[in-house]
Order: sequence, then structure tokens, then C-alpha cells
Amino acid sequence: MAVKTFAAIDVGSYELSMKIFEVSHKKMKEIDHIRYEIDMGTESYTTGKLSYERVDELCRILCALADIMKSYQVSDYVAYGTSAVRETENTAILLNQIEVRTGIRIGILSNSEQRFLDYKSIAFQGEGFLKIIENGTAIVDIGGGSIQISLFDNDKLVSTQNMKLGVLRLQERMNHLDASLGQYDNLINELVDTQMAVYKKLYLKDREIKNIIVVDDYVSTMLYKRSNGQDMKGYAGRELFDSFEKAYHSQSIPELAKRLDMPAENMPMVHISVMMLKRIMETMGAELIWAPGVTLCDGIAYEYAEKNQIISASHDFEQDIIACAKNISKRYRGSRKRSETLEQIALTIFDSTSKIHGLGKRERLLLQISTILHDCGKYISMANLGDCSYSIIMATEIIGLSHREREIVANVVKYNHIEFAYYETIGRYSDLDRESYLIVAKLTAILRLANGLDRSHKQKFKNVKISLKEDELVIAVETNEDITLERGLFGARADFFREVYNVRPVIRQKRMTGGVKE
Amino acid sequence: MSEKKYADSGYYTNRELSWLLFDKRILSEAEDGQNPLFERLKFLSITASNLDEFFMVRVASLKDMVNADYKKPDIAGMTPGEQLAAVNGATHELVAHQYETYRTLLPLLEQNGLRVIEKHEDLTEEEAAYVDKFYEENVYPVLTPMAVDSSRPFPLIRNKTLNIGALVRKKSDGKELEFATVQVPGVLPRIVQIPAGNNGQNTVILLEEVIERNIQKLFLNYDIVCSYPFRIMRNADFSLEEDEAEDLLKEIEKQLKRRQWGQAIRLEVEEGIDEGLLSIIKSELSTVDEDIYRIDGPLDLTFLMKMYGMAGFDHLKEKGYAEPQPVPEFPEDCDVFEQIRKGDILLHHPYETFTPVVDFIRQAARDKDVLAIKQTLYRVSGNSPIIAALAQAAENGKQVSVLVELKARFDEENNIVWAKMLEKAGCHVIYGLVGLKTHSKITLVVRREEDGIRRYVHLGTGNYNDATAKLYTDVGLFTCSPSIGEDATAVFNMLSGYSEPLGWNKLSLAPLWLKDRFLYLIDREKKNAMAGRKGHLIAKLNSLCDKEIIEALYEAAEQGVQIDLIVRGICCLKTGLPGIGDNITVRSVVGNFLEHCRIFYFENDGKPEYYCASADWMPRNLERRVEIMFPVEKPALREKLMHILSMQLKDTAKAHVLTPEGTYAKVECQDGESINAQQEFGKEAVRVSKVMGKAANHRIFIPEMHHE
Repeated sequence: MAVKTFAAIDVGSYELSMKIFEVSHKKMKEIDHIRYEIDMGTESYTTGKLSYERVDELCRILCALADIMKSYQVSDYVAYGTSAVRETENTAILLNQIEVRTGIRIGILSNSEQRFLDYKSIAFQGEGFLKIIENGTAIVDIGGGSIQISLFDNDKLVSTQNMKLGVLRLQERMNHLDASLGQYDNLINELVDTQMAVYKKLYLKDREIKNIIVVDDYVSTMLYKRSNGQDMKGYAGRELFDSFEKAYHSQSIPELAKRLDMPAENMPMVHISVMMLKRIMETMGAELIWAPGVTLCDGIAYEYAEKNQIISASHDFEQDIIACAKNISKRYRGSRKRSETLEQIALTIFDSTSKIHGLGKRERLLLQISTILHDCGKYISMANLGDCSYSIIMATEIIGLSHREREIVANVVKYNHIEFAYYETIGRYSDLDRESYLIVAKLTAILRLANGLDRSHKQKFKNVKISLKEDELVIAVETNEDITLERGLFGARADFFREVYNVRPVIRQKRMTGGVKE
Repeated sequence: MSEKKYADSGYYTNRELSWLLFDKRILSEAEDGQNPLFERLKFLSITASNLDEFFMVRVASLKDMVNADYKKPDIAGMTPGEQLAAVNGATHELVAHQYETYRTLLPLLEQNGLRVIEKHEDLTEEEAAYVDKFYEENVYPVLTPMAVDSSRPFPLIRNKTLNIGALVRKKSDGKELEFATVQVPGVLPRIVQIPAGNNGQNTVILLEEVIERNIQKLFLNYDIVCSYPFRIMRNADFSLEEDEAEDLLKEIEKQLKRRQWGQAIRLEVEEGIDEGLLSIIKSELSTVDEDIYRIDGPLDLTFLMKMYGMAGFDHLKEKGYAEPQPVPEFPEDCDVFEQIRKGDILLHHPYETFTPVVDFIRQAARDKDVLAIKQTLYRVSGNSPIIAALAQAAENGKQVSVLVELKARFDEENNIVWAKMLEKAGCHVIYGLVGLKTHSKITLVVRREEDGIRRYVHLGTGNYNDATAKLYTDVGLFTCSPSIGEDATAVFNMLSGYSEPLGWNKLSLAPLWLKDRFLYLIDREKKNAMAGRKGHLIAKLNSLCDKEIIEALYEAAEQGVQIDLIVRGICCLKTGLPGIGDNITVRSVVGNFLEHCRIFYFENDGKPEYYCASADWMPRNLERRVEIMFPVEKPALREKLMHILSMQLKDTAKAHVLTPEGTYAKVECQDGESINAQQEFGKEAVRVSKVMGKAANHRIFIPEMHHE
């Protein structure tokens, strides 16, 4: 039968949810959405563990979800845990226990992966999304543990920042401070404002942000219900917040809940979300707010659909990742010109050696990002370029890259500058598995080679032709410039390449006037 | 905002008194000489069983409130004490009325060949001999006589049982009068048929008379001074009874600490009972005078339903109502799903057969493409084919989820049995929701088809009970509309304990949204009327006693909205109020079938909306039950609903109109023929099925009847 069903499960901070999708040719259709409220965040954020009772409850519901999957004859599922699971200290034990008891294998999403999925699901909204990002737009993704602000410039994602201002976390903090209702507003404003002030100074600068796309559970629900029956679903202006605040302070919680048609126990969270969003909008000067109403489950499903070539997006996500990387490089005063050369050479090598490295499109992207970020550490120390670059990359979020991928990039950049540490020696103490580490080695070899070819930073090797001939990698360069420096330093770099691939790189210079000189 | 104009209790009728008026309307059917004689017996029997239930539930709860010294007035401003007093008065009147009716029926029965021997003294010698032999062989072995003396305490007299109390004197010393009692066994038929004599006439005598005649044989060492039947109604322990006073009952229970558990709340005795005997019973059961009903005739008239079932009197039963008819939308042996895919189908039971509903589940159970079946069950019939089909589905590997409402009044035991059976078969059974009764009637079948998952939904106003579906009028909608399917999935997710969906497409659910939805719809009519547009709504339901809804109706009517209400039972709304006048009409149709469907029509400024629901306009429906209202959108189906409503509004045979005085008056049939809506619906269904050309050789089995 042509139609298959797919389940996406999100083990969130305060909610367990599952969406069932019907997957047919070029189409994903949601057919069921099951949500169960379970507060895991509070325990996880404060104690670093989930209580036994909570784990029992979680397993019980996951078993029920497994039954539902069975009833839809789900052929494939993906389950992800987010910050509440991620922040447990005993994650591996917990996940194993869950898998043994429920048969459901839960993967962990790093923050940036999670946000990227959210972002993907927004982008898959198509028209509405493409239209809105024509103007300066920020995606504000409010989770239980943290919020993520991502900026768009010229329809490309340029930066993303995470702040520990999640609704559940804020509420937890308010409870901890035992804040009275009167102080409540002020405290939240203060917390948000301090972070936003820094954000504005460092990242926002004078970008003009007109629109906010909000991804969350509370404001989105409110907007969605408010605009039920209207054509433009989920849109609102800033006045929304004023009217909400007025209502919040003049009506009782049950009255308000009834008015919004939401559970009364959600009201504090709605309140926190609204206040936060309001401050963010004010800081940015944004006017329009759009809640596409997507959830992580949608993101999971779209990712699945993309991977399985069921659908393709109208938006190029790789370009976002690249734009992000370029933006980071710019922040650390990286040389754009040199990066470009390096990128060109490295990718040319990569493309012409696919037979020997066997890597794919994704690794090519990682290499590309490594070239863009190859020198970011010099902002801090020219001498310790490798380590500093590594640290910067590891501490900077690049939306769309998983934690593992980020670490690969950071290592490639690092070992471009310092001696390669083998997996068997120090490498195994890193978070990377052997296979990933091998990718580091392969990409490092290519980057080093490319770097060697542009040692003088004068882009002499810009037009390079590379071909693989038996055990030689022939690098044919057409230039009239003196390439003594490159030739001289080439040896050491070529050695590593040879070690990794067992292919010896050789340079052949072709003078513009003709003639080949070895 | 100003004080609500219609907040005053003077604008409302007490619901218990209104209910008694409903029972009176049924009684009027028993009095109605137009009805076949045996139907009149049936109606009379129904008034009696209704009254029993009323006592066990409503009067018991009022008693509890009075005992707990609870004084909060009801919608009509009456305290529980005042209500109890008024109910008592009205009930005594009603009971007197019942027996007057009984007396008028007896000679008619005799004229028609059924002699009911009222007193065993009236038996002929021959008959007496038979009766005595019957007693020896069948009755005596199952009797348990109980005498009371210093060593034997007063026995437990069971709720609703019929007993014979006697004053006896020991033969040996013969001074002291003692009390003795024997229960009329429920295992034996109440009606004892005496073989026909030469004239071929049917003769019957009631079991208690047979026992009374032979009571001496039970107390051989005693002389029987006198013996009389008596019957008590106890305040049965309905701690889960979720009616008007639910929360408050819990509160009361705490106060009472179950001290008064099982208190006798009604004592029925034969008129002319020995005062000495009565005073013993009275003091032992601690009953007060108001709760004593002196009955001029046999106690517990529900035996009349058995009499109705006696063979040989078919000519005295109703023939004017057609059997449930097959419908063209579901031809014999059709694929139910295929038919539903052709378009929404609305059935009107009992005129149209309930079989497609059973087939829907049966076929789903066998269909290889069906993934899941989900259903809510409130009351099911004995040996329900639906239960069997669900169990089969589970055995066939379908995912079957059933919500069985254990709190369905008087069906608790029955439902536990079914629920366990379903569980055994592998169904996922949910035993109701905490604090809520699930009264909605919804079935969802999820099917995997060529072009994807398709959901088939049945939504109804009546229970999934094939037996009552022949007696109750209800409507049910079959649809595979994706938006309703999505909502249905969300309903079952909620019933399974998951969070509410972000929004609903078509359905409105109680207790969270339905009441607001109704208030909105009524208010919309009001606003239209205020803006000079036509405002009109028609609502057909079983009970109307929600104050907010009534207030909204008053306010709308005051602005000129025409409101036509067809309310079978309780109606706390008054008609003919100043400023409203004829803008609100209320009529009640009490006929051969129990009116049960809830249909709502809203004019909506020329874009009418039609809804059906499982809920009445009662606080318990709207606030403490899971109920579903669904829209009917296809033009043909809307026409069908409008036809049902307008026929009921035109009925002159079985309709009673609520007068401004708070009484119900039978509609005067003016010129032309009288219209009996129920009969018409039946005829129409027959006409339609005749067109199908299959009705001729349709075989119909008649199952045992089951009553709510």
C-alpha cells in the first residue's frame, strides 16, 4: 500500500507529545496529535535526575503511545528528548531503562538540533514563511528550559542565540524566590531585560527586525484560538500583549482561562511567555507576530520526510548553516577573502577525491564550514590559534549542526593548526566516537592540504585543477607567481594527507605563458 | 452590568414538581380511551416504575438534604424541606390518580375477557382449589416467614420488595399480639393465571393474594389476626449519584456519616390496613405519616407490564406504529463504509432501523482494513450484539478502546460485567472518568484505505442499545468527514487522559465547551432580533432545568426571538411571562415511543444551523458529564431534522402544551385531522422502505424488551 504512517515523539520538559503522520507520495498529513502533560523539567533542572515515580509515569505513557502507534500500524518512528532529558545527569541509564521498559528508543537532541528542527518545521510552512522572512525576522523559540532567538537577514538565517529563560525555568525561579504577584512582573522583566540588553549590543546591533515568529506552546495556543475561524491564522500585533496584560491583572485566573479557552493551570506559563515576548519585541522594535503553530513533532516529521525524499523544502537550509558560519567568522574578524580561497581549494580537493574518502554531502558541508571558521581563534590569540578556534566553535551555536557535527568542525579547525592527535591516544577522550573521529582525520587532511596551498594567503592557488592519478593527487595550478613558499611548506601537510589516504599530493605549476615546471 | 433581570426564583419551576407533571402526562395516556386497552396498562405501569426511580433518587436526595439541615434554595427558591413537602403532596395526589385509573381499567379488562380477581375471597371454589394447589407446589417452598419476638429482631425489609405483614397470636398462651412478615418472592411471577373455566375467560390473581389466602400455613403455631401487604422504598446508597446535588451529597454524606443509610423513605400499605399492624411497621422502619401511602388496590403497579405481555391480547395493543424500517441508504448486505463514503447519513430511530449501527461495528470488527474501533458505552442491552462485535474485533487484532460508563444509573452492575468481558477479549477498557459521567454517544472506526487513513464516525443522541433503539426516538449521524473524524480522534484522546486538542473543528464537548456554545448560539439569536432581524430557535430535548440557559432564553425571547421548545420531561422554564408572552412556547410529546432525541435549530439570520446532541439543558449534562453536540450540515439531512421538529410542533395527538399557569394541557385538535407525529414518522419510513422493494420479505425478530 502506498500510504505509510510515521510517528514523531517529543519528550519535552512539561509535555510528552506524539504526532502520527500519514506519509504518502510527496505528502505528510497529520492524523493524530496526542499530548500528555508531565512535568519533567522541574525535577531535571533542580536535581539533575527524574524521580522514580516520574520515570514510571513516563514509561506508562510511552507504552500507551506505543500501543497507539501499533494501532495506526506505524512503520517508522523517531523519538527525541529535549532539555529535561538532556539535563539529567544519568541520561544513559534513563534512556536505557525507558527502552527496556517501553521498546521506544529516545534520541537526545542538542539545543541547536532541536531549534533547527523547530525552524525546519516553520520553513516547511511554505508561502507564509517565505513572505515573512523577506523583512527582518527573528524566530523566538520558547521552551521549558531556555529560549532561542534566531535572526534572519535577507531570507537567510544569520545568527542564533540561546538564553536560559525557558518558561518552566523562570517559573521555577519565581517560586524559588517566593515572589509575590506584585514583584513577579518586575522580576521577570528584569531577568529578561538584562539578557536582552546584552543580546542587543552584541548580536542585534542595528538590524531591523520587523517580524517575530514564535514557536512555543502557550502564546501559540492563545493566538491560534484567538484567530480560530479567521483566514490569517496565528497573526497578531503588539497590542495583543497589552490586552492580555490588562486582562491578566483585572480577571481571575479561571475567568481568564475561560476567556482564552485554555486550562487554568497553564495561565502562569502563558503570562510568563507573554511578558517575555513583549520585552523581546520591544527590544527589537518588532511589530508583527506570527505563531505558525508548529511543534517539535512537526520538525521531526519534516526531517524524516526530507531524509526519505518524501518532500523537499523551498528553503535551502544548508545556506542557513553557511550564512551562520560566515557570520561567526565575521564576528571574529576572519578573513573573508582567505576563507573563500581556502573553501574553493578544499572543496575542489574534496570533490575530486570522493573515491578515496567516501564521504558524503553532509561532510562536505562540514568541511566548508571548517574553512569558513578556520581562523576564528586568532581573534583571541594568534599563537594559540588552534585551541582558541576550537573553543570558540564549541561555544558557539551553529543552528542546524548537531553537537557531534560541531565537534567535528571544531576538531578539523584545530588540527589544521596543531599536530593531529590520534584517536588511539587522546582522541578517545573526546566525545566523538571512532567513526566521527575518522571523519575529523579525513577532513583535516584535506583542509591542511588546502591550507598549505594557500600558505602565503595570497590566493595564488585560486584556479587549481586537481585530479587523482593512481597513487598521486595531482594539483595543477595555473599561476605565474612564485610558489616557493607553498612548495616549501607543502611537504609536511602533504604527509598527513598521504598518511590518511595513502595518496601523495604533488604540485604541478603551469605558467600562464605555457610550459610546465615541476 | 446590571443585575440579571431573570435571576429571581419566581421565574422558575421546581424540577421535582415539573417531573411529577411529566409522570402525570404519562398517566394521562393511561387514562386516554383513544389508546388501546393494553397500551393503557403499559403507560400505567410506566408511571409506577418511574415514580419508584424518582423516589430512590430524587426524594432520597431531598431527604438527605433535610436530614443534614441543608437549606439552600433551588432554582425556584424552595428549600429542600419545602420541596419535600410539595413533592409529598403532589405524589399523594398522583398515586391516588394512578389507582383511580387502575379502577377504571379493571372493568374494561373484564369486558375484554381478562378477569382480575382482586381479593382471594372472590375466588370460586374451583379456582380456590387451583390456587391452593399452586401455592403448595410453587410458592410455599420459596417463602421465608419471619416472626418477631424478644429473641428475634425485626427483619431487614428489602428495598422495593413486596411483603405481607401480619399480626399473629400464639395458639398456646394467646395473649400477646406479635408481628410476622413474609416477602412475596420476586422469583415467582406476580400474576398467577388461573386455568380458563368453561367460558374460556382468562382469570388472574396476584401472588400476594394467593399467599395471604394461605398465610395460616406459614405460622402453624399462631392464629393470624390480620394480614396486609406492604412495600418500602429505601434511600438506596447512591453515593455516586451525580445529579443536581452531587458535590453537596458528598458533603452531606460526611455529616451523616452513613447513620441513616438505607432509611425508609416511602411506605406503601393497603388501604384499610389494621392500625395496630401499621404502627408496628411504622415505628420499626421509623417512617413518618407523610411518607405513608395508603393504596386502594394492589401495591406496585409495575406488574401491569407483565400483564401487557400476556398472550392472547394482541388485538388490544397498539398497531398503529410501524416496526423499524430498513433504509435505502443502507441496502441489505451493503458495505457500510462504502455507503458512508457516498455521503453523510442520518437515521431517525425507531422508525428507521438501528441495524446499520450494529452492522457498522460488526463489519468494522471483520474488516481487514480497519485498524481501530473506539466507542463510548453508557447503557447496552442484555446480550448486546455491539459488545459481541467489539470483543470479536479485539480478537481479530483490532485496537479496540471502549469507555464503559460504570456510573450509568441502575446499570452499574450490568456494565461491570460487560466491561470485564471486553477486557478479557483484549479491548482497552476505560472505566469512566473521575468526577464525570461519560454520556456522549460516539463511535470511531479508523480504517486504512488506498488513499490513506479514513475515519468513520457515528454520533448519536441515544445509547448504543439495540433494544431501547426500538422504543426510544433518537437520531444518529454516520459520517467520514475528515474534520469530524479529527475531532472524534481528539475526543477519544481526551477520554484516554491526554490533553485537549488545540481546537475543535465541528464538535462541541461538555463539560468544557458545550454550555458556552449553547449560550453563544442563543445570544446570537438575541443579537439578531435586537438588530431587527428574525430570531428563531427550536430545541427538542428531554429536560430543561439549567438556569443560565433558561435566563438566556428569556432574554432572547424578550428581544423578540421566537423560541419553540419541545421538552419531554422536566421543564423549569415558565411560559407566558410578562414581556415575553407567546415568544416562548413549550410542548411535551408523550407517546408510544419515548421521545429521546435532542435536536437544535438556530435561525442565525437566514443561515440556519442544525445540531444534535447527547445532552439536555440540565446542569448535570452541561457541567458534570462528557457530552457531544454535532452539527448536521448536509441540506438533505437538515431537511430531515426540520421535518422531525415541525411534525412535533404540529402534533395534536400526543402533545401537551405548557400553560402560563404551569400546567400541561393537551393540544386541541382544531379543524381537520389530528396529527400524531410518531405515527407519521413510522408511516413515512414504511413508504420509503417500500420504495426499496425489499420490505416485503423482510424478516424481523422481536427481542425481549428492556427498559431504562
